[in-house]
Amino acid sequence: MTKYRINKTRFVDQTKTVSFTFDGKKYHGFEGDTLASALLSNGIHLVGRSFKYHRPRGIMSCGSEEPNAICQINDNTDLTEPNVRATEIELYEGLKASSQNCWPSLNFDIGGINNLISPFIPAGFYYKTFMWPKSFWKKIYEPLIRLSAGLGKSPTQPDPDIYDHKHEHCDVLVIGGGISGIVSAKIAAKNNLKTILIEDKNILGGSTIYQNNKNFIIDNQKSNEWLMNEISELEKLDNLIIKTRTSLAAFHSYNYLLAKENISDHLPLDKKNGSIRQRLWKIRADKVIVAAGAIERPLIFNNNDRPGIILANSVKKYLDFYGVSTGLNNIIFTNNDSAYETAVSLFEKGISVKIVDIRKKSSSNIVKNAEDLGIKIYWNSTVVNTFGYKKIKSIEIMNLSEDGSNVTGNKHKIQCDCLSISGGWTPMVHMHTQSGGKLDFREIDQVFVPTEKSENHINVGSCNGDFELEEIVKNTNNKVKKFLNINEGSFDKISVVCSKESEKKNIWLLPNTISESKTKSFIDFQNDSTAKDIKLALREGFKSIEHVKRYTTTGMATDQGKLSNMHALGIIADTAGVKMGTLGTTTFRPPFTPLTFGAIVGRSVGKFFDIVRKTSIHEWHVQNNAKFENVGQWKRPWYYPINNENLHEAVQRESKAARDSAGILDASTLGKIDIQGSDASEFLNRVYTNAWSKLGIGKCRYGLMLNEDGMVYDDGVTTRLGENHYLMTTTTGGAANVLSKLEDYLQTEWPELDVYLTSVTDHYSTASICGPNSKKILKKLFPNKDFSDEAFPHMSYQDAIIDKIECRIMRISFTGELSYEINVESKYGKSLWENCIAAGEEYKITPYGTETMHLLRAEKGFIIVGQDTDGTMTPIDLQMDWIVSKKKYDFIGKRSLYRSDTMREDRKQLVGLLTDDPNEILEEGAQIVSELDKKPVEMIGHVTSSYFSPNLNKSIALAVVKGGKKMNGQKLIVPMENKNINVTVSDFIFLDKENKRINA
Amino acid sequence: MFVINCPYCGERDQSEFSCGGEAHIVRPKQPTELSDDEWAEYLFMRKNIKGVQFERWNHAHGCRKWFNMVRDTSNDKIHAVYKMGEKPPVI
Repeated sequence: MTKYRINKTRFVDQTKTVSFTFDGKKYHGFEGDTLASALLSNGIHLVGRSFKYHRPRGIMSCGSEEPNAICQINDNTDLTEPNVRATEIELYEGLKASSQNCWPSLNFDIGGINNLISPFIPAGFYYKTFMWPKSFWKKIYEPLIRLSAGLGKSPTQPDPDIYDHKHEHCDVLVIGGGISGIVSAKIAAKNNLKTILIEDKNILGGSTIYQNNKNFIIDNQKSNEWLMNEISELEKLDNLIIKTRTSLAAFHSYNYLLAKENISDHLPLDKKNGSIRQRLWKIRADKVIVAAGAIERPLIFNNNDRPGIILANSVKKYLDFYGVSTGLNNIIFTNNDSAYETAVSLFEKGISVKIVDIRKKSSSNIVKNAEDLGIKIYWNSTVVNTFGYKKIKSIEIMNLSEDGSNVTGNKHKIQCDCLSISGGWTPMVHMHTQSGGKLDFREIDQVFVPTEKSENHINVGSCNGDFELEEIVKNTNNKVKKFLNINEGSFDKISVVCSKESEKKNIWLLPNTISESKTKSFIDFQNDSTAKDIKLALREGFKSIEHVKRYTTTGMATDQGKLSNMHALGIIADTAGVKMGTLGTTTFRPPFTPLTFGAIVGRSVGKFFDIVRKTSIHEWHVQNNAKFENVGQWKRPWYYPINNENLHEAVQRESKAARDSAGILDASTLGKIDIQGSDASEFLNRVYTNAWSKLGIGKCRYGLMLNEDGMVYDDGVTTRLGENHYLMTTTTGGAANVLSKLEDYLQTEWPELDVYLTSVTDHYSTASICGPNSKKILKKLFPNKDFSDEAFPHMSYQDAIIDKIECRIMRISFTGELSYEINVESKYGKSLWENCIAAGEEYKITPYGTETMHLLRAEKGFIIVGQDTDGTMTPIDLQMDWIVSKKKYDFIGKRSLYRSDTMREDRKQLVGLLTDDPNEILEEGAQIVSELDKKPVEMIGHVTSSYFSPNLNKSIALAVVKGGKKMNGQKLIVPMENKNINVTVSDFIFLDKENKRINA
Repeated sequence: MFVINCPYCGERDQSEFSCGGEAHIVRPKQPTELSDDEWAEYLFMRKNIKGVQFERWNHAHGCRKWFNMVRDTSNDKIHAVYKMGEKPPVI
């Protein structure tokens, strides 16, 4: 045993040694230790440097509230984890931890110079200083700020660990496995309710499990022994799930809660491998009982941040739970009775202890106990200074004046190696407020307690403001019974004896002889904000607690101000002369403790991050060297390079082949909606801008769909398969939205229509063959079919059979070429495709991708919804007046086409652009101007599509330009970074305006 | 995240639903008869009150049915759920 491991406890197995390193040096602890308790057992208090002033800092607590002892875990910089609280990490064999925010080392930190210049870097220093000169910002200030920002180092590689999500439902969820949580869970589970009890530590019991003081007796047993028995009873209950190492992250409305379970963080390295690291539980509970406990408050006095200054109850836990003494010469500085339990514990282990109490007296049993043991108590006194740079060595105390606002008498110096501080207790109301609950301020002991209003959750124990053991047990029993409508509780006849606090006194900022501008009384230990900073903010006019918080950064560190927020509020209230309860609190936001991104994301990483949709022909594309493009969730062939062609070269070749002989495109991804019902024609009349009633069976028609605001929403060809049966195609990316929109109108606006919609996008695969030789290829594929223009005209469809497989052939064209789209059931898609390729071989049929498709349609001036439109284009803007029916009484968006705004003549309208230099290709998205001299230069439009057309041997572009319809032939300018490109407005149909090729 | 009692499927998690904004806005039967202002009133104007609001919801990842819901936007308490075409309850 080391010098500081002075006690054997049942919680730490001192037969099992665990070795670990801290800052590269090897140490030993035992199984059951946390990193913090193991460090303390080795006499190590200094574990980090503070954020702003780089002051030496030590372990201050034993739980999630820890502001100082945050470490970098794992020395492998690729996979390291920053900002891990040493008080929460369970020791395992091979653990490697290091301190943060110090250079070159923890013991000698250059940044410590900030402590000396601290008078010059008060709150708001950044805002006030990095204002001027302007030229300093980019080269000096920003790099400087970035250099000093943050605490730990982020890993550089993807997280290799496995994380998991699990949904769970229960009747009762109990948050917190301390005494009130255990009492609650037992009552619930014993009454046939499916109950879950979660506890963030590795064992149940909270602070009572190591409470061996004789002043706390339940049913004639010491409270820790009584609780130990209760826990073993609890573990036998069938309908109770106990989840330790599980911390609540968020409490949302309707009792939806997130909790993170640590599954393998505490295991030795060789046992972690392959195991899930953390699991996020998504719990929907009928009733929630919050038993989250309370956090001990520090006291705010000059130099209250030295290593060796520790919260009093944490000192007790290190002693009675871990068997570790945080010092051999202790002083306890308190304003309440609970710290006396620590004093008695220390004394009973034979460790020197003295007490400084700001109160004038206290006559409770525990204080009497301490007095009877002969522990020296300095009543009505306060600490005014502490000494010792890397570890506390001594303190100075003075008497308090009558009203506590000042100090009197002489300074008295006392030597020590540990100062335990206790400023009372703060109920953990985080869960309650996250769920939407409100708070009341209780004057007598200056705490915010939950206002109980919800029917579906209650707070019990110290998070509800019950601090005495007797009221905790009895109130919890009564409250839970009422909450769950239970007549008989398990603890109705319990007897509890405990010490009761009668004298209460609280001073948020303890007085001093020197002015506070010369003191360092830390409030937020992690962000280094002091009482001086808060007062400065108030002097500078900040009033709201939310503003003071942000200006001084109080409570904004990784601990989210668990220790600091109440003192900040208290000091603001005192300084401003208002009642603390009137100030409100800052918002308690989830997560309660930091969550790993891994736990949030769970299994949805890598290939599970998003759905990938592939057509049935995908493998062929892969084998033929296709480069793919993401279109929505679809993978579409982008282009098929041959012999190291780049995108441009491949597209030029594919485009030429499609117009000179034959090209083939996988069009399976187009959205397909099967429309049936006796009102199907009327339905199409209402959703498309053109008329549909007279479309013959077996014919196809292009349709344009608007939003109710008149803007183009989607387009596609719809085929009439039968009297009451249509097949609609949509854009690839718009399919799901179009179906939703159509369903919306059918269900809500036109429920009288007899129409049924079914998405069949995935049901059919489509090979689209275009080019002057396409008819010959089709003839080879379907030798018995008459493909003459009379028998099978443009914009019509026919059924056919290929190898016993039924096909639908549509003669439609998106390229302007003679073109056929062959549809088969998806399972036959690849076979169909391979047949097409084989049949087209003699015509050098060329597979082409989306890029070539875009180029070909641009040559013909066909728009792509979403590329040439952006939700602000009407059909009139697109010069597509021809498709807007004047005869139809109504269709979606019709009325909006006659709004004064949509009828403006200076709206952006679709035009063609030709560059004066035919080899110059415009950039899509580039702005267009008419004159450069007039400042500011007016931007009158932008380029929407731009290509080099191999068929026209020049650059072509589509653009939207204000009033563009009337600008044909006009010269415009596309200004780029290095040059201005001269362009001429042209017709947007560049090729075959007479539509001869379609029947070639 | 709240729980919605879909009138067709029963209680389901909010993540299965999508909200379609204010309910009971009837598409005018004769849009061409309306002035620009009257059409704009239908097209653009929506209430967004803090308190009890009548909303359209769609069980998008379920039965895909649209229905109406009365929700207090300040605390997400759902007062009523009813099918399309049914009369709104008096709250």
